[in-house]
Amino acid sequence: MKRETSSIPSNALTLPAVKRDHIQGLIDAPIALVEYGDYECPFCGQAYPIIKAIQERLGDRLCFAFRNFPLINSHPHAQHAAEAAEAAGTQGKFWKMHDLLFENQEALDDEDLAEYASTLGLDANRLIGEVLAGIHTARVREDFRSGARGGVNGTPTLFINGVRHEGGLDTLLAALIERGS
Amino acid sequence: MADKKMEQLAINNIFTPMNNEATIDQRHSGNHKSTALPAGAVAPDFTLKSTPDQTVSLSEFRGQPVVLAFYPADWSPVCGDQMALYNEILPEFQELRAELIGISVDGVWCHTAFVRDRKIRFPLLADFEPKGAVAKLYGVYREADGTSERALFVINPEGIIHWSYVSPVGVNPGAEGILSALEELQNKKEAK
Repeated sequence: MKRETSSIPSNALTLPAVKRDHIQGLIDAPIALVEYGDYECPFCGQAYPIIKAIQERLGDRLCFAFRNFPLINSHPHAQHAAEAAEAAGTQGKFWKMHDLLFENQEALDDEDLAEYASTLGLDANRLIGEVLAGIHTARVREDFRSGARGGVNGTPTLFINGVRHEGGLDTLLAALIERGS
Repeated sequence: MADKKMEQLAINNIFTPMNNEATIDQRHSGNHKSTALPAGAVAPDFTLKSTPDQTVSLSEFRGQPVVLAFYPADWSPVCGDQMALYNEILPEFQELRAELIGISVDGVWCHTAFVRDRKIRFPLLADFEPKGAVAKLYGVYREADGTSERALFVINPEGIIHWSYVSPVGVNPGAEGILSALEELQNKKEAK
């Protein structure tokens, strides 16, 4: 049996991959932060504004990538939410959807997802159609697999320049600055 | 809403995601020597209850890889919980033809409630009476705590331990080591 191989190079599972990842900032920035997250996970919800603030603070020095790690047994809406963000990505608005989802973690059923698509001026029928047809399931799974192999042990798991951040969010900024200098 | 959160952060962010107990445990665990059975040892057979009226024996799985995940107790926090994580990664284990088994000293009724609550889709065995007997066989019982270590064993289809790992009790070891060990077994099989 041949295993499906991820397009993320196995020696750099936890570094941003320029051609596939959703990235904010420049790929060659000195500090790379990769988050494995779940839109329905409350801890990821708490991390969201903190990472935003850190991005503002570090500016061009930081490259941030988000990968999906939906815990679907605990979070029944997490898979569709992840796929909705990917679907929004195909219409050019991944990050807008990413933000909306984290700002509305309590309302993530399919109707809500369609509504957010409309709010963002996206083709909501197309977006929800893609979600229901599972067009982006494989992509989300690929993120998940890279995380399982890369050392993700819960959500959110954060990697700074490929190394798992073991501390809490309160030490994240300091760790980023240290690794980037 | 986001702005408000950022303000809170600016004032004092004391939030630590799911690893807060880990750091405490790491501090207290010291450098105790592991007594866990190493790679190359025969995996001792055992029979334990998985539900009030069902038992599972290791020998039932001869011919396929088995992952034994000893863990201290049911009911640890949701998002960082090791068994919940393995539940999510189960399809990956299954693709590598491996059987995943969780073992703790909790009784069957406790496991039953935990399995139902967390929708666990693999067997959790009760190493309950005599307490910790199987953990002791594998060298991963913590006498002082009355629970097992957080220990992983990947057993090959012939019943020999291929890989073992003991994690600090409060640290979720993730699945990376298990997946690598299972892939090694898969590659060996293909090379034959």
